[in-house]
Amino acid sequence: MSEHTLHFKPAEGFRARSKAVVDNPFLRQSFRGAMDFLMSKRAAQFPDPEELESLRNLGEAIRQYNLAKLPDLLERLEANLTRNGIKVHWAETPDEANAIILGIIQGHGATRMVKGKSMVSEEIELNHAAEAAGIEALESDMGEYIVQLANEKPSHIIMPAIHKTKEEIARLFHEKVPGVDYTDNVDALIQIGRNVLRRKFQEAEIGLSGVNFAVAETGTLCLVENEGNGRMCTTAPAVHIAITGIEKIVEKLEHVPPLLSLLTRSATGQNISTYFNMISSPRKPGEKDGPEEVHLVLLDNGRSQAYADEQLRKTLQCIRCGACMNHCPVYTRIGGHAYGTTYPGPIGKIVSPHMLGLDATAGLTTASSLCGACGEVCPVKIPIPDLLIRLRSEAFSAPHANPAMRGQGAGHSSLISAIWRGWALVYRSPALYRAVSWLGSRFGWLMPSRQGAWTTVREPLRPAPKRLRDQLKERNKA
Amino acid sequence: MSARDRILARLNRSAPQQPPALPDVGSWYATHRSSETPADKARRFRHYIELAHAEVHAVSRNNWADTLHQVLKARGIDRLLVAEGTPHGDTALDALPPRGIECSVYDMAIEAWKSEMFTATPASLTAARAAIAETGTLILWPNEKEPRLMSLVPPVHIVLLDASNIYNTFFEAMTAEAWNNGLPTNALLVSGPSKTADIQQTLAYGAHGPKELIVLLLGEKA
Repeated sequence: MSEHTLHFKPAEGFRARSKAVVDNPFLRQSFRGAMDFLMSKRAAQFPDPEELESLRNLGEAIRQYNLAKLPDLLERLEANLTRNGIKVHWAETPDEANAIILGIIQGHGATRMVKGKSMVSEEIELNHAAEAAGIEALESDMGEYIVQLANEKPSHIIMPAIHKTKEEIARLFHEKVPGVDYTDNVDALIQIGRNVLRRKFQEAEIGLSGVNFAVAETGTLCLVENEGNGRMCTTAPAVHIAITGIEKIVEKLEHVPPLLSLLTRSATGQNISTYFNMISSPRKPGEKDGPEEVHLVLLDNGRSQAYADEQLRKTLQCIRCGACMNHCPVYTRIGGHAYGTTYPGPIGKIVSPHMLGLDATAGLTTASSLCGACGEVCPVKIPIPDLLIRLRSEAFSAPHANPAMRGQGAGHSSLISAIWRGWALVYRSPALYRAVSWLGSRFGWLMPSRQGAWTTVREPLRPAPKRLRDQLKERNKA
Repeated sequence: MSARDRILARLNRSAPQQPPALPDVGSWYATHRSSETPADKARRFRHYIELAHAEVHAVSRNNWADTLHQVLKARGIDRLLVAEGTPHGDTALDALPPRGIECSVYDMAIEAWKSEMFTATPASLTAARAAIAETGTLILWPNEKEPRLMSLVPPVHIVLLDASNIYNTFFEAMTAEAWNNGLPTNALLVSGPSKTADIQQTLAYGAHGPKELIVLLLGEKA
């Protein structure tokens, strides 16, 4: 339905895209307002710091326990889903995942697919693959529907259209949806979307969804949502295809309530989402609705690379609540599109390098002041700042044999390395340090008066004409 | 080797030998969530589901069909989808048609009447299996008599809930009923009418599912 194919861009151009947003007061206001709203909603859900901390500890323990058993649990999940009648597929790459999904759709001779919100389907760019194969892939989450209609990408993993004002959406509906008059009344706009999509839910042969938690012991796929479109996609069409990353698995059903509570409270500040949908089988004989076939596609796409390293494995604890974005001073200023990756913000910076390689994402790891807000709010205690430092070191250290990550050393520069080696040398040797600081105090006037961005609003940096040690010496004499 | 074998082989190479101890979810709930009296649970349930924009009516076994009738009448609804062969469905089938409300039943597979379901079914009545006080949540286990779309497609969804089936927490509900021994095709938690805040964080109800959720709370003093 789009005029041209719109791919996620590799991270080059990140600075230019960031600057464009920073220079746009309307976008900045949109993001600032939305993030303030989400932060205060979350804070209101966790009035008791002790409860929050103990629940985060429990969430972290649950995720780490399940990741430690990941290969066994994946096999158990597969066995139990298969026993329940759900077909399980495995994909190492986005291309493989797309081929599996298109294969299922074409096997049914189907041409119409409605989609519930799924970031993994964005990760594999399923809509483009479907479009190229002549299959309509229609987003049904209101936010996703809006960004698809605008031929854009989601700018936030929970609130995809957070960068758009209601006036923009009103114009968009008026221009793109046949027979719709301009209205910027939000209830009226939602009704327009509802009417369009209700027809699609009836007609589509295929429903696609993501998965929030896959429960190994019962063979159950769990979906969290507010709108009901996820339930529509997984109930009305004859075939339901779910796709998820291999890490979204828990062994026991009792692991779900704490994670669900952390997820909805951290994400949107709701004590629970409107719907929590647990699917354990296709339609059984005698049942009158629900899909006749249910498929699950398990996607690796770099996750097993993160898994191989004990520290990087913590990346996979993520339950995709988006709280790290909402609290990130960088995300709040540059928005989701600037990153050029499916997953923006702090979580995007630590997960994307495994999916795309550090060669495409080295710059992202530096887009952080390491203020620590992301790690502090993470409901499963992913040490995001530590992981950013680790990824910086992987990206900018000299290339070496057996790297932990694809693209290790991609950001390495011999000149910068030499400068830092020199710096380290000076600070290790007192004699050298004295000599260099003496030179600095004598020749500070040689420093240029224009020092890039620094001097746009500040005085140029110059070493003091008299060193601190000399000043102290004089004062002690006096 | 298949993609499956390659992925599992990679993971197996790096999986820790000794997994950490099983997290003790039960003790967290025991220390952080109290066990309330039935009256308090009903109050808490009602508070939270009303916050989520649901309408709650306290009813008794004798009068709930009257309340159901009033709820429909107040909205000008003259047609209700009910589950034939369930106690509440049969009660509605007996009580409503004489008062001018037509009752339709879900007696064939959805493929035979999808368009009617989507365009000519203004309201439905289902039962809730149980509920959760902590979050104001209904637990639905749709089945052959009361299929999945009944609680999703009609714009007004009316739910009959026995107040004695309210649990303190989701964790308590699933452990007390031993859900880990087997779940139905579809189990649902419903905590209000369908909603979205996807346009400029402005809350709007009736995104794709029911615009209104009405709970008939059976047994709370009426």
